Amino acid sequence: MSIALEHVSYVYSPGTAYEKHALKDVSFEIPQGQFVGIIGHTGSGKSTLIQHLNGLVRATSGRVLYEGQNIYEDGYNMRELRTRVGLVFQYPEYQLFEVDVISDVCFGPKNQGLPQEECEKRAREALEHVGFPEKYYKQSPFELSGGQKRRVAIAGVLAMRPKVLILDEPTAGLDPKGRDEILDQISELHRKTDMTVILVSHSMEDVARYVERLIVMNRGEKMLDGTPREVFRHYRELEKVGLAAPQVTYVMHDLKARGFDVSPDATTIREAAEEILGSFRRSGKI
Amino acid sequence: MIRDITIGQYYPAESRIHRLDPRVKIVCTLLFLVSLFIQNSLPGYVIATIYLGCVIRLSKVPLKYILKGLKPVVILLLFTVVMNLFLTDGGETLVQFGIFTITENGLRTSVFMAVRLMYLVAGSSIMTFTTSPNGLTDGMEKLLHPLNRFNVPVHEVAMMMSIALRFIPILLEETDKIMKAQQARGADFESGNIIQRAKAMVPILVPLFVSAFRRANDLAMAMEARCYHGGDGRTKMKPLHYHGRDRVAYFITLIYLIIMFVVGRFLPFKLWIF
Repeated sequence: MSIALEHVSYVYSPGTAYEKHALKDVSFEIPQGQFVGIIGHTGSGKSTLIQHLNGLVRATSGRVLYEGQNIYEDGYNMRELRTRVGLVFQYPEYQLFEVDVISDVCFGPKNQGLPQEECEKRAREALEHVGFPEKYYKQSPFELSGGQKRRVAIAGVLAMRPKVLILDEPTAGLDPKGRDEILDQISELHRKTDMTVILVSHSMEDVARYVERLIVMNRGEKMLDGTPREVFRHYRELEKVGLAAPQVTYVMHDLKARGFDVSPDATTIREAAEEILGSFRRSGKI
Repeated sequence: MIRDITIGQYYPAESRIHRLDPRVKIVCTLLFLVSLFIQNSLPGYVIATIYLGCVIRLSKVPLKYILKGLKPVVILLLFTVVMNLFLTDGGETLVQFGIFTITENGLRTSVFMAVRLMYLVAGSSIMTFTTSPNGLTDGMEKLLHPLNRFNVPVHEVAMMMSIALRFIPILLEETDKIMKAQQARGADFESGNIIQRAKAMVPILVPLFVSAFRRANDLAMAMEARCYHGGDGRTKMKPLHYHGRDRVAYFITLIYLIIMFVVGRFLPFKLWIF
């Protein structure tokens, strides 16, 4: 039960003036149930990468394995794969088209060939998961606020009950409150179900709080892969490629450099606070 | 799939043709198209091939690209060829089965027609490949400027054209994105009968229209915010000027046109093809 890339490379418009190597020899395996963050600068190949995972983009070379099966094999059921590996695109609200919210969310399950009642049941469940208020179920999705549209669009993918949920910059363009709410709900969903969640972002701060594992992409190559703690140890290298570690990492490194007895590995504010308090306790100042 | 449409696209490169004034390219393309119609003989087509070949060579646009641009007209091409092949009378009968006859004239007309159509498309796509959309509309505006006197809103039309051209790649990309997003939700555009397929387009078209209107609105707002108020008193950052090379290009094309005219007038193709 896993999803894996093996030596995947992808070239845009090969043989023309626009030729571009979007991915170069990328390999990794994500076991079922993991919460993974993929980060990278704009144009680092993140979006191309995730479109390989549900077969929307076909690798120029290399293999993609879902549950051990090569998805490029003849006769492999791509539509089935796409319902198992749910992909929420960047700015997903631009894909809404139905007359009301609930029918839009039903679109996915309907394509799976489920009966109407089952579709609606799943749609309601999905909308509940993203915290969308029930009184707006019959409203036109075009009349909602940006944050609510985003929820509906995410629910539209969740309603297919995917085993793997991939979100491409789910918080882009949202205010801090909307951003935290959506990320909290996704994290909650991950805790309650055995879903694999892959979160694509360029914000370390966002990702560090939630994920168990981080994959850093740079210019189409996998640069780092490990727990947030391991990855942020390379904060100097991250800076060189235009990324940054969370601010607490810098604070902790500075504190250590100025002689405080702290470990600089904290990745979240809570961890950092505990580490600093612990250091005071150890030195007997509190 | 959608990215493969090359007709009407700009191909960035550094070449003599790219550097020409857009007006030269528009006028010369028109003259080239005219030249294809004022003659109908083998030597004429040979000369046209040489001219087109030189321009393609100079433009540094790969031939593969231009051939790809011909793809959309293949059906039209086949249709024309078949129609001409069977329906033209005259000359010796070459093949006959049932009601279908292929005559010498039919064969000749269909071959020339096919070549003419291909050259029409290739000739005009060379212009769009080597001229940026902005350059194209700039050239158009300048060329049509005299029409202003007859109350034709030349600037407005040119502006509309350049916006429309600018939006083609944006909307193509948008369509691609929306299609992928709906495919990710299990949508299927390939199977089913024609009604099912038409229905499957709804999830693409609705978001596409919504986004087109949104973009149009945003653009209008952005233009107003920068005090756009039509063409009156508007100056250009890079006004068009003719250079030596532009005159050379005009001269060469003019000579080419005269040759074509002479060939078309005084050389009957009967003498040359068989």
